[in-house]
Amino acid sequence: MQAAAIELRAISKRFGGNVANDRVDIRIESGTIHGIVGENGAGKSTLMNILYGYLKADSGAMLVDGSEVEISQPRHAIAAGIGMVHQHFMLVEPLTVLENMLLGSEGGVTLKRGMTAARREIARIERDYGLEVDLDAVVGELAVGLQQRVEILKALYRGARTLILDEPTGVLTPQEADHLFSILRNLKMQGRSVILITHKLGEIMRVTDRVSVMRRGQMVAHLETRATSREQLAELMVGRAVLFQVAKGPARPGPEVLRVEALDLKDERGVARLKDLSFSVHAGEIVGVAGVSGNGQSELLEVLGGMRSPTRGSIAIRGKMTCWRSIREQGVAHVPEDRLRNGLVRGMKAYENAILGYHRRRDYGGFFLSIRTILSRTRDWFSRYDIRPHDVFLNATSFSGGNQQKLVMAREIEHGPVLLLIGQPTRGVDVGAIELIHRRIVELRDQGMAVLIVSVELEEIMSLADRILVMADGRISGRMPTAMADERAIGMMMADGDAVAAD
Amino acid sequence: MAAARRGLSFWIDIGLIPLINLAAAFLVSGLIVLLIGENPLRAAWLMIYGAFGYGEAWGYTLFYATNFIFVGLAVALAFHAGLFNIGGEGQAYLGGLGIAIVGTFAGFLPRFLAIPAAIFSAALVGGIWGLVPGWLQARRGSHVVVTTILLNFVAASLMAYLLVNVLIRPGQQSPETIVFPHAFWLPQLWTWLGPFGVDLGRSPLNASILLALLCCILFWLLIWKTKLGYEIRVVGHNRDAAVYAGINVGRIVIIAMILSGALAGLMAVNEVLGAQHRVILGFVAGYGYVGIAVALMGRNHPIGIILAAILFGALYQGGSELAFDMPRVSRDIVVVVQGLVILFAGGLEHLFGPLLQARLMRPQRSQP
Amino acid sequence: MLKSIGAAIVAMTLLSTATVVRAADFQPALIFDMGGKFDASFNEAAYHGAEKFKQDTGISYLEFEITNESQREQALSRMARRGANIVVMAGFSFATPLETLADQYPDTKFVIIDAVVDKPNVESIVFKEQEGSFLVGMAAALASKTGTTGFVGGMDIPLIRNFQVGYEEGVHYVKPDDKVLVNYAGDTAAAWSDPAKGNELAISQFDRGADVVYHAAGATGRGVLQAAADRGKLGIGVDSNQNGLYPGHVLTSMVKRVDVAVYEAFKEAQGDGWKPGTRVLGLREDGVGYAVDDHNASILTTDMRQKLEAAKAEIIAGKIVVKGYQPN
Repeated sequence: MQAAAIELRAISKRFGGNVANDRVDIRIESGTIHGIVGENGAGKSTLMNILYGYLKADSGAMLVDGSEVEISQPRHAIAAGIGMVHQHFMLVEPLTVLENMLLGSEGGVTLKRGMTAARREIARIERDYGLEVDLDAVVGELAVGLQQRVEILKALYRGARTLILDEPTGVLTPQEADHLFSILRNLKMQGRSVILITHKLGEIMRVTDRVSVMRRGQMVAHLETRATSREQLAELMVGRAVLFQVAKGPARPGPEVLRVEALDLKDERGVARLKDLSFSVHAGEIVGVAGVSGNGQSELLEVLGGMRSPTRGSIAIRGKMTCWRSIREQGVAHVPEDRLRNGLVRGMKAYENAILGYHRRRDYGGFFLSIRTILSRTRDWFSRYDIRPHDVFLNATSFSGGNQQKLVMAREIEHGPVLLLIGQPTRGVDVGAIELIHRRIVELRDQGMAVLIVSVELEEIMSLADRILVMADGRISGRMPTAMADERAIGMMMADGDAVAAD
Repeated sequence: MAAARRGLSFWIDIGLIPLINLAAAFLVSGLIVLLIGENPLRAAWLMIYGAFGYGEAWGYTLFYATNFIFVGLAVALAFHAGLFNIGGEGQAYLGGLGIAIVGTFAGFLPRFLAIPAAIFSAALVGGIWGLVPGWLQARRGSHVVVTTILLNFVAASLMAYLLVNVLIRPGQQSPETIVFPHAFWLPQLWTWLGPFGVDLGRSPLNASILLALLCCILFWLLIWKTKLGYEIRVVGHNRDAAVYAGINVGRIVIIAMILSGALAGLMAVNEVLGAQHRVILGFVAGYGYVGIAVALMGRNHPIGIILAAILFGALYQGGSELAFDMPRVSRDIVVVVQGLVILFAGGLEHLFGPLLQARLMRPQRSQP
Repeated sequence: MLKSIGAAIVAMTLLSTATVVRAADFQPALIFDMGGKFDASFNEAAYHGAEKFKQDTGISYLEFEITNESQREQALSRMARRGANIVVMAGFSFATPLETLADQYPDTKFVIIDAVVDKPNVESIVFKEQEGSFLVGMAAALASKTGTTGFVGGMDIPLIRNFQVGYEEGVHYVKPDDKVLVNYAGDTAAAWSDPAKGNELAISQFDRGADVVYHAAGATGRGVLQAAADRGKLGIGVDSNQNGLYPGHVLTSMVKRVDVAVYEAFKEAQGDGWKPGTRVLGLREDGVGYAVDDHNASILTTDMRQKLEAAKAEIIAGKIVVKGYQPN
């Protein structure tokens, strides 16, 4: 058996208490396109950053062409024939393509000589792989797809035999993605290896030869692409770990609280993120939105939370049409997915964070803030949610991640909303707190609150939600009561939209 | 334990580090004075005596400090909204225009109306000059740093045009307005305090300093005690969170720039209503830029700004005294000394900080 | 640059030696304006006058350079309190502070240049810049072959407009149809010290057909004169005699004898000749004029000089009235 182009053995990496990679093994055969799939935070990027020398593994070995190598800096990786194309390009925009190629490998004091030699060499690579780019074009003026091509060219020019692409299609139009895939096939034909990191299952099915699935820092499967299916991959990605069973009685849905109709959202680049969404949430029920991350769930939360305006469509709260900006005043509370970035102002004190978004309410004063009220409420929440240290004057930064989360939860829950939006309720929360949060959510439902949960943890949706919406590629690809749902069916719906996008 | 550590760290940050920075700045300045062939200790003494040694010195030091408090507050307010307002110079200059308009065309006003009207007008025109970059930032995405700098030049040209062609006092050479009627003169403090035996010489220190202190209090209330200030700080700290909280970021940016411009505009009250009683070409003399250093050193807090403003007032007054008594130390050397203080206090703030923190904190950190 | 550093060093050496022989009974003082004493123009001329006095008499003087408006009053009273017998202020901006302070120090003699302050202990010295400018305007018109001449001012203020208008009157006195191009370097104090800008403005005037350019722009004017030399055209200097800067390319200089004014004020106060009141220094008093020396003898021809002298006599006799700039 021929030695693998790349082989990683028992790579482990921890960040503090978090295990990002747990004894990961992977073999990349030369002349293949190898996909690595997994949800956000599954450890794919960490693994690739270790391979490219940005991070150093705590333990494990790396082999290139059968012999063990030490890679602790990107230049070691380059020397070992590994190239990487990042999600965010590492190009100097005001320089030309040729000048970008030469960065870091100028070859000699006088640029001129290096340039002529380089021009010949690059032209040859372009021919060999069908990677045409105008070498004298200014990079900043090129389309995104072409910039990506420059990155690939740069890696090849530096002698990469194995190319890592991190979410390469995230920024591309479908046509550009097609081009990219044909380039990758070309590379494969010439005997080079490609590692393709993505969470889009359609792409995996289209271009890869083999695929490895990561979940929570571990490799859970290595498969021949021919011998697998999207559904199987989706299931493997999401996993079926032991659930925390939430004790809850049946829902007693009341009147409709939220009604969304024909909601569309295009982002700044004009790419459609939400496509024709319609659904409703009733008082006294929990609706869970499932889906592989990056399929529009975050955007949905942002629109419902009043953070951005929809391109089209309507949102009604308790039968009243609302403008997206004033949605909070209608009784919508929002626990954002990225609580530490959006949900808190880390340079401000805990009690000030306790009213973020609600500070305009009359009970917090008129022109002046009634600090006494704020303090007493915050102290109350601190003890009820057991937020530590028990000092409301500390800056938000002084609290651990879990305690910051609890502060946001407390704020959003305790302001008496009619509709509670929660993104990734238990992301970054320790085990004890998960239970507390889940129990509280069910309690709120039983008190008649309408709750919408977005989570990439399918098990969380299954155990909490009364009804499930599945999102894929910006649409709702399935809806059902939880009682009638099974994970296989949901996994298929999650893959469904992806198939539409890719084919 | 944790509390004790915070306490120590706080005092190092607020007290010790500024002192060390200041000492370092004076040390380097001393070397320069030595290089010129003068005695640095005598120079230091002349400077300190010149700034605080006698009544008139105090008067001038605090007069300059009044300017710096206004522009320092202006820079700090914008900073709380995450904006770097470099346009204090132009906004203060335009504040002078506000006064000139009232003083020239409404000279008939009785005193109890004249002064409030002039103060309001200074803040208004300065505020408008702040509104422009604020609006451009909020609605067009033009960076305030760039637009405020550019508007400083526009302000200078506009004022030169108006002072030479429109507002100039008829029949004379100097590009300046008429001397405004007495109703527009703010009382100078030596006239008040003289009878009580406080000697301020004939320094231009005037009632504006009370206005400046009032602004400090209002600033503190606004930023830390009101909902508007709350929104300003949220925008300044974390725009994502501001959007999340439903704060209209563009509106806050505009309001912060208006208030910032208005504060800078009030600097003209001290210079024009308090001292010159007319608007002179170039009366801002770079004070607006010093405001940046004052805000930086004062950690964007009114108390810190007052202290930093007094320091810079002392540098200005003591420096001019030094240039007077030591002819070899020219006014350019004085500027170098001022620059060194800014460099060490602002730019090199992190030079001694971490070193000192590490040294003083180590014994405590070792015990869990 | 090197030159001014050199001048600074010389000045410092002079100062340090002079302090030793300080005369206790007579103490003159000089206050410079914001431009600073080495502005190669107005303030520097005042400085030279004071230096000459020091060399001649061995009496040193107190000096101060203003950096902001509040320092004017402060410097004035400081000088008076230090026992200065006579305080000379270079610049019209001192007028208002002097008006408020003159009465407080009745025993101190004050001299203000370029402005009029009517107080019993103040002498005001003003120059008829328009008269000198008139003559160099004539010279420009006589030397011009293209029928177009130029004027580059520093900062656009009434004082400089007086130079400009006098110059225009002179040009038109010789050739009523000649064109005069006018540019100012700017609206801020930086307009006095921006030779690159002066160079640029002069070149643009040459490109528009001018072949003689007069500047009244302090250090900015250096660039004007250099542009003239580079382009093989003619420049006209101002305040001091600048003929020697680019020999053969400086037609003449409109000299304004600030140095003489300062020197004489010190001298008179030292004796008993000092009198308050207003002194207007024009062509008649030799307060302004045009410079003739070896450097420009060949370009400012005898014929031209005769015409200038004739006009000068008529101005002195009052037959030609140079109006200058009339502020509204």
